[in-house]
Amino acid sequence: MADCCSGGTKLLYSCSGSADVGKLADLVSRKLRDDGYARMTCLAGIGADISGFIVSAQGADETITVDGCAQACARKSLERIGVSPRSIVLSDMGYEKGKTTVTDELVRAAAGKIKADEKTKSAPGISRNGCGCNGNC
Amino acid sequence: MKLEILGTGCAKCNKLEEVTRKAAHELGLDAEISKVKEINKIMEYGVMITPALAVDGVVKVAGKVPSVDEIKKIISK
Repeated sequence: MADCCSGGTKLLYSCSGSADVGKLADLVSRKLRDDGYARMTCLAGIGADISGFIVSAQGADETITVDGCAQACARKSLERIGVSPRSIVLSDMGYEKGKTTVTDELVRAAAGKIKADEKTKSAPGISRNGCGCNGNC
Repeated sequence: MKLEILGTGCAKCNKLEEVTRKAAHELGLDAEISKVKEINKIMEYGVMITPALAVDGVVKVAGKVPSVDEIKKIISK
């Protein structure tokens, strides 16, 4: 839902790719949204060059991407429109592409890890500016 | 030219309307200015943060209220 005047707008984008870790990224993003961690919106809207999605991403106070693998398509999609998101890459968090069976328990665990990392802001697999430094720069 | 202010009616939405009307007036534009308050209609534009401004159906601003001069630049492009 469109957010009005509240400030601190945090938008979340998921790669939702075809691999197991892409599926995990999608479900984890939905779990994070449901938990109130951020507001999830459509990465496809960015790729389709729909003005409302583009301008919203550019105007958000914070953007977060959840990618399944190191291709980081979600992060790169935002970078193409001049947005530098905080990048979360699940394969960097130990979820191996092609070898990850997605279960409810795994979704809860990954979402919990991301939320816990948010508090420490220096966890592996998370970069606040999308540079791949794992929060060390 | 069609200028639409997207927002549910908060203070910033009203401010964006005021600024947009002023910008259009100063440019001497014959613009049709309207407000879109229905959340479903706003979502159809893909807008996630309001207030927003759409120019002829294309969203140009979201989540902020630009100055009159900035709006003039946006709508005169």
